[in-house]
Amino acid sequence: MTGATRMKYLIMMTHSPDDPVQDWSPEDVTASWKHMQQIHQELTEAGELVAAEKLAGPEATKIVASDGVSAPVITDGVYPEAKELLAGFWMVDVDSHERAIEIAARTSAAPGPGGAPTRKPIVVRPIMDAPPPEW
Amino acid sequence: MSTGADVEGLLRDLAPQVLTVLVRRYGDFADAEDAVQEALLAAATQWPDQGLPRNPRGWLVTVAARRLTDIWRSEAARRHREDLAAALGSATPTDVPDKDDSLALLFLCCHPVLSPRSAIPLTLRAIGGLTTAEIATAFLVPEDTMAKRISRAKQHIRISHVPFRMPSSDEWTSRLRIVLHVLYLIFNEGYAASSGPHVARTDLSNEAIRLARALRLALPDEPEVTGLLALMLLTDARRPARTGPHGELVPLAEQDRTRWDRALIGEGIALLTAVLPRRAVGEYQLQAAIAAIHDEAVTAEQTDWPQILALYGLLERMTGNPMVTLNRAIALAMVDGPAAGLAALEGLATRLPGHHRLDAVRAHLLEMAGDPDGAITHYLLAAGRTTSLAEREYLTGNAARLRGRRLMRTDRSTP
Repeated sequence: MTGATRMKYLIMMTHSPDDPVQDWSPEDVTASWKHMQQIHQELTEAGELVAAEKLAGPEATKIVASDGVSAPVITDGVYPEAKELLAGFWMVDVDSHERAIEIAARTSAAPGPGGAPTRKPIVVRPIMDAPPPEW
Repeated sequence: MSTGADVEGLLRDLAPQVLTVLVRRYGDFADAEDAVQEALLAAATQWPDQGLPRNPRGWLVTVAARRLTDIWRSEAARRHREDLAAALGSATPTDVPDKDDSLALLFLCCHPVLSPRSAIPLTLRAIGGLTTAEIATAFLVPEDTMAKRISRAKQHIRISHVPFRMPSSDEWTSRLRIVLHVLYLIFNEGYAASSGPHVARTDLSNEAIRLARALRLALPDEPEVTGLLALMLLTDARRPARTGPHGELVPLAEQDRTRWDRALIGEGIALLTAVLPRRAVGEYQLQAAIAAIHDEAVTAEQTDWPQILALYGLLERMTGNPMVTLNRAIALAMVDGPAAGLAALEGLATRLPGHHRLDAVRAHLLEMAGDPDGAITHYLLAAGRTTSLAEREYLTGNAARLRGRRLMRTDRSTP
């Protein structure tokens, strides 16, 4: 009657080019980093972490488009109209949807300047899996 | 000379026996389980080349016990050392675990302090004798992740001071139910994944069947154990017809029934027949009975829907599970028509909020009722909500098929 035993989610953190992270005090940067490290550690210890990566900045990013025949068109940077860029992600394998939301909420509550939570919007997307056993 | 496959089968059978000897003798399940894993790995590399030792179980017990002392010696606290020295003095390599010990081990791995999801990998390793790498592959996660999950589960058992013994009679039924649920989930995990890109995971179904067979040998008088085994066999029998040549899902009504495994169906039905006249009927027996009715129908049209409807009614009363109500609605539609089925879906929206299966069933019943527009809407809603790739393809395919039919009609009607 119950479906799959665990569920995988991609938890994505975005970054806005307007974020003045460079203006944060070193203490605030350290506090934020520690918060993230702690989440990472917890996910690792619980056997929930499948993968986690940080992405390079827009300066190192290319957009490629091709018709499969002529040379591909390569442009610098991310989509020019993008206000939020994908900064990094965790792929987790958890017991429930609620647990994925909880991880995202803790990530969103990471401290910003002066220790106040950044409340950054975190995107949680289920990863496609096998069909349910009813078939 | 033994082949690697022979050795692997033998090791898998011996794994829980060796572990029970160690746990019984030294008391520490978590460390003993690690030690047995290492002994199994050593045997898997040595035996195929050097031949089987004269007493394979004794060999494994000796190697695992030696490994266990290494583990304990290396523990910084060394708190176990004295106990260990005393325990080692009494060790004899010919210990033979009794049947109850292996069962107690299974009850330990499926203890209520663990979520079924933690119990699954632990059971597969400690009872099934699978390696961490094999379990990680089956669940599509890195080996490190799975290793952490298993050690977390064992840690949980340790700090909860779960005793190594058979459940008492007053907790027997509820404890057995958890064990059955864990085996059922293992089966489903493998069965669900036996299409598309994850074929390797089908091994989990076979493993669940193996464990259920062993459990039935140990508990022949528990009708639900037999019911679960029958359910697994009767479901697994349909696996060859469940997917098309490109890995696409084929619904039950459209499956090529000549590809169903008759031997498995025969075995499942025989098990069920032997057990049904006995005492209280449980939910696995009922589910197995429903599977048996499907399996016995030579064509989809010959399915005995009134009987399936009656069984779902019993199951619904027994479990109160909204997914059962959903399945019952399909059976009702097959007996009394789609309108009756659709009426039975009323009230389910609050119990299965946003669940794709509800939309999928509604779409199917609307299609039966001759409402293609409503069906398309709900097929697409379900497609958007499912997290299964194969199912999404099937649902969007259904919507496209109905749209195509409607277009053809429009074409014909325009001059």
